[in-house]
Amino acid sequence: MSGARARLAKLPLGVVLVGAFALAAALGPLVAPHDPAQIDLDHEYAAPSLAHPLGTGDNGTDVLSVLLHGARLAGTIGLLVVSLSVVVGTLAGAFAGYRGGLVDHAVTGVADLVQSFPAVVLNVALLAVVARPGVPHLVLALVSNGWVLYARVARGQTLAIREREYIQAARALGMGDARILFRHVLPNLGGPLVIQATSGLGAAILAESTLSFLGLGPGKAASWGALLDQGSAVLLRFPHVALFAGGTIAATVLGFNLAGDWLRDRLDPRR
Amino acid sequence: MSAGLLRYLGARSLRALLTVLGVVTLVFLIVRAVPGDPVDAILGDQASPGDRASLRAALHLDAPLLTQYAIFLGEVGDGTLGHSFRRRDETVASLIAQVFPATLALALAAFAVAWLLALPLGSLAAARRGSRWDLGARAIALFGLAVPGIWLGPLLILLFGVVLRALPLPGDEGAGALGLVLPALTVGAALSAVLTRQTRGAMIEVLSEQYVLAARARGVSPLRVVVVHALRNALLPVLTVGAAQLGAVLSGTVITEKIFEREGLGSLFLDAFFARDIPVVQGCVLVVALLYVAVNLAVDLTYGLVDPRVRLS
Repeated sequence: MSGARARLAKLPLGVVLVGAFALAAALGPLVAPHDPAQIDLDHEYAAPSLAHPLGTGDNGTDVLSVLLHGARLAGTIGLLVVSLSVVVGTLAGAFAGYRGGLVDHAVTGVADLVQSFPAVVLNVALLAVVARPGVPHLVLALVSNGWVLYARVARGQTLAIREREYIQAARALGMGDARILFRHVLPNLGGPLVIQATSGLGAAILAESTLSFLGLGPGKAASWGALLDQGSAVLLRFPHVALFAGGTIAATVLGFNLAGDWLRDRLDPRR
Repeated sequence: MSAGLLRYLGARSLRALLTVLGVVTLVFLIVRAVPGDPVDAILGDQASPGDRASLRAALHLDAPLLTQYAIFLGEVGDGTLGHSFRRRDETVASLIAQVFPATLALALAAFAVAWLLALPLGSLAAARRGSRWDLGARAIALFGLAVPGIWLGPLLILLFGVVLRALPLPGDEGAGALGLVLPALTVGAALSAVLTRQTRGAMIEVLSEQYVLAARARGVSPLRVVVVHALRNALLPVLTVGAAQLGAVLSGTVITEKIFEREGLGSLFLDAFFARDIPVVQGCVLVVALLYVAVNLAVDLTYGLVDPRVRLS
């Protein structure tokens, strides 16, 4: 979708959705009308009303408040997963691309294996290692397959950069590999990684929701996936819980995907 | 068969075997690192020490790790995959065999849905680039990727099961093949988005080839050019991408089986995970790994047979 019109048509939705999410994650817990854990058994699964704009869920908890608190959790986990994945993936990918040979084979081999294995199965198997998964465990489980995408991008870029004259000049001047990698290769990987990280945030948030939906989320914390799980159990009688929870997840993922596409169109002159 | 081809087949099969062994070992170690005690999970924490010790011995949990590993490899070797902790008269292999057809049917139906949507849509988008069809195909691809299965499933149930009453609700035992439609759509949506993009890209490339131009110049009808001349050559890369999505499809079946209350490998796996039924967890991961390695091996070998350039790399 190239051309100024398509670009304009894309800009608002992606940016608006991501902006709304960022706002909810930053301020949500402050502006939430209720405590997300507050129990009100008289009004369990109530339809939307003035007191509860999005209705209530299990035990009468306020859906809007759970979603607002959940945004903070989703944002925190998303940012942690993506930043750790970017660091691990970029280092592994750049090193593999720069050194080539056995190192390259090892990194791409592991990446292939991780990427093609069902993500949910891998994450569940890893989370099984701890008795009560908390946020750190969830983050580590998601990084275990999250780094692969960044490694691929970094490796591809490094392969191209490696042959440039300024790298050969640095080598001729007697610079060590590590110094070349950190001073000359890594700073030039920025653009494509930023694009990948933007849609990666959406993917990480979805992965957190999916694991929480399956019952593997961080305990008692208000989580979008856990809310969707509760809503699915009563879907046929009280559809509003699942609709609002799932809609929030879908809109957020869509927003980050659109924002990623938009950034790519802006940053990549070849397109 | 040439020596080069044989060497390619041999090397590729050996790598597949090593991958499986690696995965088996990894799964064995990961599952053993679980801090929860499976004996607690089976007997509850009120059980007498004697009962606990005899169960522990029966399950080989008191043996050294290496011995457990040897026992596990033996059970993989004889095809039983060991016995379930909870239903000890059942082998893991038979438990998996009972539910596997349901998951296989779901995965195949999802692939069928994805191909049926992606091939016409992607081809049309490529043949009429920039048209409404093209925009529509790209929008569908974008939303197919953005709408998560955990939401699409409930939406489909509400729309087709509750509002339209056209398709059976989850848990309906007598639903038969109709009961497969919504789960297959849930799993296949993201796949069809990926494949539509791939088909469009591959078709755009092929349609600009000289031989397509030549066919057009000979007066071959536009439909025939697209379907017979172009699609056949665009299919190979799309097939590879389709096979590479097997992991995503299997992830999708785990989620979808939960949403639609279907039995299958995914629900067996999750259920065994929460009950700390280690042999079953291990067996499920192993079967998934085997499936994945076998499909990729088959695709690679077909590729090697069809396209001689592949063997060189």
